[in-house]
Amino acid sequence: MPARLRSAGPAILILPGFLLVAGLFVWPVAQLVATSFGDKAGALVHYSKIFTETTYLRVVSRTLLLSAQTALLCVLLGYPLAYQLNRAGRIGKALILVCILIPFWTNLLVRTYGWIILLNPQGVINGLLRQVGLIEGSLPLVYNSTGVLVGMTQIMLPYMVLPLAAVMSRLDPAVMRAARSLGASPLAAFLKVYVPLTLPGVLGGSLLVFMLSLGFFVVPAILGGPRDLLLAQLIEFNINQTLNWPFAAALSTVLLVATVTLYWIGDRFFGLGRLWGAR
Amino acid sequence: MTRGLGNGILSAIAGLLCLFLIMPTLIVAPISFTQTDFITFPPRGFSTRWYEAFFERPEWYGSLVTSTIVAIATTLLATLLGSMIALGLVRLSRRANRLVSFFFLLPMIVPTIITAAALYSPFAKLGLVATVPGLVLAHTILALPFVVINVSAVAQSMDWRMVNAARSLGASPLTAFRRVTLPVLAPGIAAGAIFAFLTSFDEVVVALFVSGSGATTLPVQMWSGIRFEISPIVAAASCLLLLVSCLLLALFWFLKRK
Repeated sequence: MPARLRSAGPAILILPGFLLVAGLFVWPVAQLVATSFGDKAGALVHYSKIFTETTYLRVVSRTLLLSAQTALLCVLLGYPLAYQLNRAGRIGKALILVCILIPFWTNLLVRTYGWIILLNPQGVINGLLRQVGLIEGSLPLVYNSTGVLVGMTQIMLPYMVLPLAAVMSRLDPAVMRAARSLGASPLAAFLKVYVPLTLPGVLGGSLLVFMLSLGFFVVPAILGGPRDLLLAQLIEFNINQTLNWPFAAALSTVLLVATVTLYWIGDRFFGLGRLWGAR
Repeated sequence: MTRGLGNGILSAIAGLLCLFLIMPTLIVAPISFTQTDFITFPPRGFSTRWYEAFFERPEWYGSLVTSTIVAIATTLLATLLGSMIALGLVRLSRRANRLVSFFFLLPMIVPTIITAAALYSPFAKLGLVATVPGLVLAHTILALPFVVINVSAVAQSMDWRMVNAARSLGASPLTAFRRVTLPVLAPGIAAGAIFAFLTSFDEVVVALFVSGSGATTLPVQMWSGIRFEISPIVAAASCLLLLVSCLLLALFWFLKRK
């Protein structure tokens, strides 16, 4: 068979999907990006607004800060959980996996609604704390930035634990035994050998969580308060409330560039594409 | 001694983290059986009134029907197109494979709020807003990467010499595909289909923009339920969604073990 004919095979198989994604995804996104520049007052007028007006600067920095906080919390909570997942016996492992995978597979709205039930002033946690006598009134746990951070961390934690546990399981246990036999204390061996060897997993996981957090819409919209507006909500607001499409397009472009750049870095240095096998 | 203590502390921390992960998901189950008109914990009494309300109110039951139809159609379309793409990808050179894979992963990388915003105008022009076909097309784009990933994983590790063997033994290309390729790829295709179904069934953000009075999905109905109606009917709906997730997860695990 001539080479030209042989290479027609994959093209024909890929073509229908390619046309769909190109026509109903890539082209519309490109159009959206183009909209952000097409203003009579100047191509960059919307961008200068985002990066000079305090209101919008605050939204951008709040989004960056919240994503960083979420990533940090996910490392702090995810590391011990991944460690335990890797070390536990058959039953312990199954239990931890069930606790990770059931929420991971369950609708985002179900989990967000669950947090409202748990965190609201009349909710489960405030009720328990009142019964124990630790508090008198109720702690403001939801409809503010605390609520968003708690909800985001729970939703992003599996994205940290699963890749991290995979990195830990590939680590040769002989390395730790060698460190111990050379006289390192358990703590020294853990800090000087185990942690550095799992660091790529930590960095890759953090990058993934940070990147995914930047574009979050549902959780902050439900668990946040009116003063905790984030980038994705600002985009939605400009489309549905003020109908300011060019400005929404500029905000989208900023978010798009940030996300794709982070993905590119992650894929190049941490194999993010491979880490991200699951949902 | 200290080792035992360390293990104990670590187990306790892991236990608390597990509770943190699973509590918000499981809490909806007891709440959905309450007799009261509002959400209370512990729930008072036991009744199935909120489930009856769910199936009696057309906005809730109707949205479940729409979501199911959209998810099934999305699964069929995404699984077919995604499997074809994966079969094409294995025949490409490494370089081309990477590039084309990246193209098909894009809908997964781009934040859904941007996809939603981008799709709105063309969908409005094509008359696809608030229609079932519109939702199916939008969800197929989002579900496609998951099918491509799952089928590719199996296709990459498949021994393609088996197909050549079948062909040299006289099987037609179609027979070789049906009797050799397809059975080997089946677990990957099934896993991709499960992911595609769940992607569509659970999707909120794009549906918020693309659906409307003509076609409202269950997550969109839940969205307005959570924001505007603090009634345990949302807990009943959540519990139904939780049930669907658990069934699909069990199915996925069963497939993986096979």
